[in-house]
Amino acid sequence: MLRSMLFLPGNNPNMLLNGDVLGADGVILDLEDAVAPDDKDAARILVRNALTSLDYSRVEVIVRINAIDHTGFWEQDLEEIIPLRPDRIMPTKVQDADYVKTVAQKIDEIERRHGLPEGEVKLIPLIETALGLENAFSIAAAHPRVTAIFLGAEDLTADLRSARTKESGEIAYARGRMVAAARAAGVDVYDTPFTDVNDDEGLIADARTAKALGFSGKAAISPRHVGGINQVFSPSEDEIHYAHEVLQAIEEAKAQGKGAISLYGKMIDAPIVQRARQVLDMAEAIRGGKSR
Amino acid sequence: MSKLVASIAEAIKASGLKDGMTVSFHHHLRNGDYVLNAVMAEVARLGIKDITINASSLFDCHAPLIDHIKNGVVTGLECAYMGGRIGRAVTEGLLERPVVFRSHGGRPADIESGHSHIDVAFIAAPTSDNMGNCTGKRGPSACGSLGYAFADAQHADRVVVLTDNLVPYPLSDFSISETCVDFVVEMEQIGDPTGIVSGTTRITRDPVGLVMADYAAQVIRHSGLLTDGFSFQTGAGGASLAAAGYLKDIMLKEQITGSFAMGGITSYLVDMLECGCFETLMDVQCFDLGAVESLRQNPRHREVTAAHYASPTAKSAIVDNLDVVILGATEIDTGFNVNVHTDSEGYIMGGSGGHSDTAAGAKLTMIIAPLVRARLPIISEKVLCTTTPGHTVDVLVTQRGIAVNPAKPELKARLKEAGLPIADIEELYRLAIDMTGVPQAIKRGDRVVADVRYRDGSIIDRIYQIAK
Repeated sequence: MLRSMLFLPGNNPNMLLNGDVLGADGVILDLEDAVAPDDKDAARILVRNALTSLDYSRVEVIVRINAIDHTGFWEQDLEEIIPLRPDRIMPTKVQDADYVKTVAQKIDEIERRHGLPEGEVKLIPLIETALGLENAFSIAAAHPRVTAIFLGAEDLTADLRSARTKESGEIAYARGRMVAAARAAGVDVYDTPFTDVNDDEGLIADARTAKALGFSGKAAISPRHVGGINQVFSPSEDEIHYAHEVLQAIEEAKAQGKGAISLYGKMIDAPIVQRARQVLDMAEAIRGGKSR
Repeated sequence: MSKLVASIAEAIKASGLKDGMTVSFHHHLRNGDYVLNAVMAEVARLGIKDITINASSLFDCHAPLIDHIKNGVVTGLECAYMGGRIGRAVTEGLLERPVVFRSHGGRPADIESGHSHIDVAFIAAPTSDNMGNCTGKRGPSACGSLGYAFADAQHADRVVVLTDNLVPYPLSDFSISETCVDFVVEMEQIGDPTGIVSGTTRITRDPVGLVMADYAAQVIRHSGLLTDGFSFQTGAGGASLAAAGYLKDIMLKEQITGSFAMGGITSYLVDMLECGCFETLMDVQCFDLGAVESLRQNPRHREVTAAHYASPTAKSAIVDNLDVVILGATEIDTGFNVNVHTDSEGYIMGGSGGHSDTAAGAKLTMIIAPLVRARLPIISEKVLCTTTPGHTVDVLVTQRGIAVNPAKPELKARLKEAGLPIADIEELYRLAIDMTGVPQAIKRGDRVVADVRYRDGSIIDRIYQIAK
């Protein structure tokens, strides 16, 4: 479970060297938009070497590959990266379920060729076109490798021909649709980065909106935003305390053979119990696992 | 009566400067200083030879010294810090006699005791009257504190004040008094204001620097020292300033009022003073214009002498009451010994300044440095040059973990309990060389080019010649 995913340009050695200590739960090693076409091969080699020689065990590693197009970069990206067994691949400009299947098929083939455990590398499709958005559920449900979907608002708003604003009213529909699609498919969903590096308050407000809508976490293009995102997407002490109370009340009710129970005058029903479990799972993941 | 003389040359002649003597300079004009070069050009023109220069620090702007050394005008250098240009020439064997490095506290101690005798002190003064009452707080070349110049003024046989802002007698808010001064010279300009103090000092934007700064602030928070009355010193490096920024947030949130912040003062410490984080600033040197302005205006911002700052032989010095100091390192070894004198190739590019003084005095001495810098590990098995001995260093903060000196098990336990990423320094060393490999050993010669004196006067290490 990730609260934050930090983009690291695949052609920046210093960022690759230190990307795992910047507080993000996951890092996205970027071979796509952060890298100019002439630098694609250099970035691919650098990311390959980083994954070979550096210890990224403190974070989840996601590699963002190039979109499927005539350059064939995406296939070269997968050929180099899959043998190094990153946690997830982020295909870009994903339009529909077939797109996901094409990528998954290529990964199947590489995994087989290298004798790797099949299906190990997961997918987090980046949805950043109007068509992709309208197909969000079928993308999220397209393949068992898909464990989350990710909203890219910059490209999306260009495609929608809407203005991109800090208030983000123009992506309200997209955000809602993404969350519904992901939850319907049973996968996680990540929000687009906040792009004003110097606006810490704006970042917090934007992250809170995303959390309230149901997003699992949020991406960051600047290490400065990681702390704020982690803070917003971490359960608060009060939330954790309440979740413990809910589960305790349920246990007590069971022991006493009671059906319905209430806590602080409010009925404890199944959704409340489910939410309490999610909060405690998240708290546990942050304390123990890769999500620090 | 007036002590004004017509020119630098007149002042040199009147001071009685002769072959074989020692002259001194302070470094408050930093890399914008014109005075040392102007004086030494006149010394050379007058045909005086075999001069030893005792400067509190030497910067790259003083590179004309290299020619004075080649021509025999200058035959000895003593300082607390030496910039890379002169440092490189010295390391290649420019001088016959080894350079004498002292600390900022050791220098005034040796001047006062007579171990380091100054024949003529030349004191750059941003404002002076014609009798030598002078200050750095005002004038077109204002530099703020004149802390490092006091010992020179008080103990040199002859004292010459050089100013580009001559004001009517008496200058009321003088720092150095006329009682010490023999001659006053008016110059067109004593320095380049853009090199004297930077307009602003800036907190780093480097994400790795910010990670280290956050750890540093957390170390302070959980050290047990951050209570009312807390005292603090930090350098002007980007990560150190960022640590001060995080510390400020913690102090304001927890409503902690410190007693004083010390040191080279920046706008960030001024801001902490004004926010109520500290009662007082003790200022031996200003690093930016905000600090100069505050020193001029705010009575709680005090100018202090280098001896008061850090002298090991003073009856007491401020460093003895310091709780926490944050320092940098070019290299630290697994015994926590720190080098800030030489670069990774063994060339002189710095010096203790107040490094070893504050480390010796502070209850908690913390080094901040990235584990790998310019493809080289910051940790080695043995530093090329020991500036500050490991027994005075408590904590190393890197972006990949915090090492606590094994001599401080209680501190280590506290920081571990707080959930900070504590690691043995050997672990961090291995982590670094896993990334970089072990650097090739430096080939250095047998000739000593500098003696590094610890603050008590003992020679803590020597720097050896490196062939061109």
